Amino acid sequence: MVQESRTIESRRLGKRERREAMHAYVFMSPVIIGLLLFTLGPVLVSLGLSFTEYNLLSDPKWIGVENYIKMYGEDLFWQSLRVSAIYSVVSVPLGLVLALFLAILLNQKIRGMYVFRAIYYLPTVISGVGVAMLWRWIFNGQYGVINTLLHNIGIKGPNWLIDEKWALTALIITSIWGVGGTMLIFLAGLQGIPQELMEAAEIDGAGRWQQFRHVTMPLISHVTFFNLVLGIIGALQVFTDAYVITNGGPNNATMFISVYLYRHAFIYLNFGYSAALAWVLFMIVLVLTLLVFRSSPIWVFYESERQGKS
Amino acid sequence: MHTPVRWFRRRSSQQLLMAIGAALLLLGGATVIMVPFFWMISTSLKQAGEVYLMPPIWIPSDPQWVNFVTAWTRLNFSLYASNTFLIVSTVMLGTLFSASFAAYGFARLRAPGRDFIFMLLLATLMLPGAVTLVPTYLMFNKIGWVNTFLPLIVPAFFGNAFYVFLMRQFYITIPRELEESAMMDGATIYQIWWHIMLPLSGPVLATIAVFTFVGTYNDFFTPLIYLSDVTMHTIAVALTYFQGSAKIGPKMHLLMAAVSISVIPPLVLFLFAQRYFVRGIVTTGIKG
Repeated sequence: MVQESRTIESRRLGKRERREAMHAYVFMSPVIIGLLLFTLGPVLVSLGLSFTEYNLLSDPKWIGVENYIKMYGEDLFWQSLRVSAIYSVVSVPLGLVLALFLAILLNQKIRGMYVFRAIYYLPTVISGVGVAMLWRWIFNGQYGVINTLLHNIGIKGPNWLIDEKWALTALIITSIWGVGGTMLIFLAGLQGIPQELMEAAEIDGAGRWQQFRHVTMPLISHVTFFNLVLGIIGALQVFTDAYVITNGGPNNATMFISVYLYRHAFIYLNFGYSAALAWVLFMIVLVLTLLVFRSSPIWVFYESERQGKS
Repeated sequence: MHTPVRWFRRRSSQQLLMAIGAALLLLGGATVIMVPFFWMISTSLKQAGEVYLMPPIWIPSDPQWVNFVTAWTRLNFSLYASNTFLIVSTVMLGTLFSASFAAYGFARLRAPGRDFIFMLLLATLMLPGAVTLVPTYLMFNKIGWVNTFLPLIVPAFFGNAFYVFLMRQFYITIPRELEESAMMDGATIYQIWWHIMLPLSGPVLATIAVFTFVGTYNDFFTPLIYLSDVTMHTIAVALTYFQGSAKIGPKMHLLMAAVSISVIPPLVLFLFAQRYFVRGIVTTGIKG
């Protein structure tokens, strides 16, 4: 409705406004073209493809919902959902708690703090294939660092990447190591908390924990929200680590949905089936994101509310 | 030098204790972060015979700097480095141009549908890349761009949602007076963008440049699916081919030397930019 009234308004508006609108479209043109060409167009085509069988060699063949039915009956599909779900359910909350904890530590006023901030952020900058290979070597059952350290304290470490029971844990540990990005966003949120509020709480006799619980937590809840949404979306799409470190193995113990999808698209050339997979992933992400958004009035506290109350 | 004195005076002993506790915890965590890197460098400097030893040696007896040279030449790093930098620099150019240009429209000029387009753009941040993957691949395949750098480069010229958002938020904070007086002097809107807004946007442009560099340099998936020809590979893809290839086989010291080389560009960039970069993110903040 807002849109409509604005359009009518602009029709009434004079030459100057029309010129302004024209320039606006010129400026926005990269985004408009990009949205159509690389996002909206492909999204629609992908939905269409998900109802076809297509392998590049012949034209797409319409098969209705058969891809989805096939998926439903496919054990490996359910396994990939299970792997991605376990990974997300463990790594996202663990990452959030650790990131917040680190951010609080890094928010202390200690000289030279920027060195620590840089170190903790480093794994986010140096990520990718090289580091994934480094992790393969670190998790090496016989000669890897982790098992050496465990050995030193008298524990016989598992054969991480070859053992079905431990491979996913290894990938979760890897993800936790790269928690610096989330941490930095929390730190930004913490620095936005007005000092007077903390002081006021202290004068009122609030202890450290109470300050954290009743001042810090509510005031950074919008940051937590942001990190949670991005964390879920990211965890459900993790690819490089899964591909390089374990490539879905051992015995599909790390067959993430992204790896499963990649194989169907670019190894087996089942473009229709992989488009259907992508749509299922999209729906899962959408539902989870909506759930988080829906739940937000309960636990996310917005600045405007505070101003409204005072 | 008088700051530390004031700093101590202002604090109670309890607060001082907390600060020391925090520093110790941070030190422990920093060690955990650094151990993998240390292990990487340690392995890369070992002789072949030292790599698989139990218990392992942390500091090689005779550091083999030559491993880096061997890794570089055997793995044909020069080629992959030049491919990578060609892609990264073009993507940076495209991203900086499209983000700063498009954001100006969203920040300053009114047009019907503008806010709708902006919301749509932000909504795409939540769209999993997998959804657009297959059709985009098929489209590039159809126009014959697969196995060229174009699918990696061209999309950068059409605006990345997050960076357009960052630029717009920044433009909004700039007072309008400058633009208005330039307008009086007869400057066109495009001149205003180029001569007034861009020079003021240094810090944001730098932040976007660093993010883009790191993201493109570390990107594995896009080059993996689009660049099948070995001579076209980027460092990221080439590394996975080194692993277990006949060229280095199970020689972990050479692989780790290659990995060490591969992390140098983002590391150097980060060390140059970190104070300003980490502080930039922390102080500008990201409002949810």
